[in-house]
Amino acid sequence: MIEAKNIDFHYGDFHALKNISMTMESNTVTAFIGPSGCGKSTFLRLFNRMNDLIPGARLTGQCLVDGKDIYAKGVNVDELRKNVGMVFQKPNPFPKSIFENVAYGLRVNGVRDQAFIRRRVEESLVGAALWDEVKDKLKKSAYELSGGQQQRLCIARALAVSPSILLMDEPASALDPISTSKIEELIHSLKKDYTIVIVTHNMQQAARVSDKTGFFMLGELVEYNDTKKMFLNPEKVQTQNYITGRFG
Amino acid sequence: MPPPHPIPMKKLRKILERTIEGIFTVSGAVTTVTILLIVVFLFREGLGLFGSPAVEKGYLLCVNTANTTAHLDSRQIMDIFDYRTENWEQVGGPDEAIVPFRFEEVFDRYPEEAFGEDYELLPQRLGEVIASTPGIIAFIPDQYVPDGMPGVKILRSDRITPADFFGGRQWMPTATPAPQFGVLPLILGTLLVSFVAILIALPLGLGVAIYMSELAGERMRKILKPTIELLAGIPSVVYGFFGLVVLVPLIQKTFGLAVGETALAGSLILAIMALPTIITVAEDAMRGTPRAMREASLALGATHWQTIYRVVIPYAGSGISAAVVLGIGRAIGETMAVLMVTGNAAVMPRSLFEPVRTIPATIAAELGEAPAGGAHYQSLFMLGCILFIITMIISITAEMISKRQTNKGL
Repeated sequence: MIEAKNIDFHYGDFHALKNISMTMESNTVTAFIGPSGCGKSTFLRLFNRMNDLIPGARLTGQCLVDGKDIYAKGVNVDELRKNVGMVFQKPNPFPKSIFENVAYGLRVNGVRDQAFIRRRVEESLVGAALWDEVKDKLKKSAYELSGGQQQRLCIARALAVSPSILLMDEPASALDPISTSKIEELIHSLKKDYTIVIVTHNMQQAARVSDKTGFFMLGELVEYNDTKKMFLNPEKVQTQNYITGRFG
Repeated sequence: MPPPHPIPMKKLRKILERTIEGIFTVSGAVTTVTILLIVVFLFREGLGLFGSPAVEKGYLLCVNTANTTAHLDSRQIMDIFDYRTENWEQVGGPDEAIVPFRFEEVFDRYPEEAFGEDYELLPQRLGEVIASTPGIIAFIPDQYVPDGMPGVKILRSDRITPADFFGGRQWMPTATPAPQFGVLPLILGTLLVSFVAILIALPLGLGVAIYMSELAGERMRKILKPTIELLAGIPSVVYGFFGLVVLVPLIQKTFGLAVGETALAGSLILAIMALPTIITVAEDAMRGTPRAMREASLALGATHWQTIYRVVIPYAGSGISAAVVLGIGRAIGETMAVLMVTGNAAVMPRSLFEPVRTIPATIAAELGEAPAGGAHYQSLFMLGCILFIITMIISITAEMISKRQTNKGL
């Protein structure tokens, strides 16, 4: 379970997130939608502290993952990121073999047991619905895969370290429709084991994959509701305008 | 409204583009041909060395006809005239003591009048001396050789062979009667100085590159980077001067040596000179690692350091090997600074604390006084060829390393 309480976030002078509070339940898919620059990606990246890398960023408010404040003093960021996996907008496999890509997270976390690594790599690739396509070429470079396969490889890589939460930052925006539908099916099947938060530009996608949807605009959370209700009968006029394509 | 001169303008532009293309093609071709010509010239001049006689140009060696020795190589000739070889038996001749004879000694044996007014009798007198001394070996200028006189035999001296050149341990290009072109001490001197320089510069340079690209703050980087790039532009003679005035006395004092001009001084100055290149090239390569790669690694729970050595450094591998090659290239080819601080003794290097001499320093120091076309001159060109081949091997190796890495990556 993820809770955000009164989050304010600044990049230098820019007020990127304005007093946002919301709760994301375990084993659900939560989608963030909204026009470009509305802060939805920034908000997503708070939960694995990816924004720490940005110089001049400032945060107030509380971020709780499973009841613990992840920005409290003494929190081990590397441990946090092991528990909160992330999939990025563009597939970004390492320039290594398919096997080593998936094994990377285990290796950096100090796993030495080769048999365990092999098992975990297979499980993760099966989990990411990629195993059948790559089981005969695990030693090949990850760059020999297609874009959609690379993105599923990145998902497998995130699954390998057994996170409980998966953050997905527009995971299908760089992919063709067939690859996109594969990723969406995958998200659906991952839901039973993981808490998934997905940022998307594509409203149909949000409607298809998510249980709950948050609509962001200009750094504010305009509306947060069950996906069905959101798309059929939104409470706010701005949401209505956005999902019917009147702007954005 | 149509443009005023649509068609001619287009034609003009086409001609212009063609002309520019032509100029570029020609300049490319000219550059390539020039480089090739330089290489051909280098090797043509250098290879002439093999086949020159072992005896100094313009001189011949004569022995008594009773002497059965067939031929001598340059090493044997030197040993004879340095009185290290004392019996013909040692060089495959009869059991007879060797009497080395330089042609000026003939003036001690005869009165002035005996040579005639224009020294026209000099060959005759030389012939007499040779004929009357069974163990003699005489070193005589071409024009005074008593050819065809009874009792005189011209001794065939060997040609200089690649084995003499590459395997020889003595570099005495101006020795008489037989100059020694053993290049081993120079090659080893070059390799020693460069190797130690790289040993110092590489870890240091990569360390600074990692610091600058991964750890330093933006402000620190803004100060460091231009400063280091500035260092790359300092002329090598200035580095040499610094080495001579600061490093050499420091080394002399620190290690209690008789002279501070040592291989170590050369290595240190080369390391300092190679550092800016290594740092800037490696740093650029590491900063070129996409942000997505770093984020992917960090998002999997890798620490900053794990990300640096498991993702950033492998990703920047080809750039880093380019940095290494440029650094080594600079070290091996560097002339002036090394010439100034290494002491230039052409002896086999035995430790870092003795003077050595490198190939480029030898060429720079000696080419001015080597008569054009002579064996010494050709041997210096051969040194240039060696240097060329060494640097070529290094860059091919680097190319292969970086290619293998990209293959692995892509």
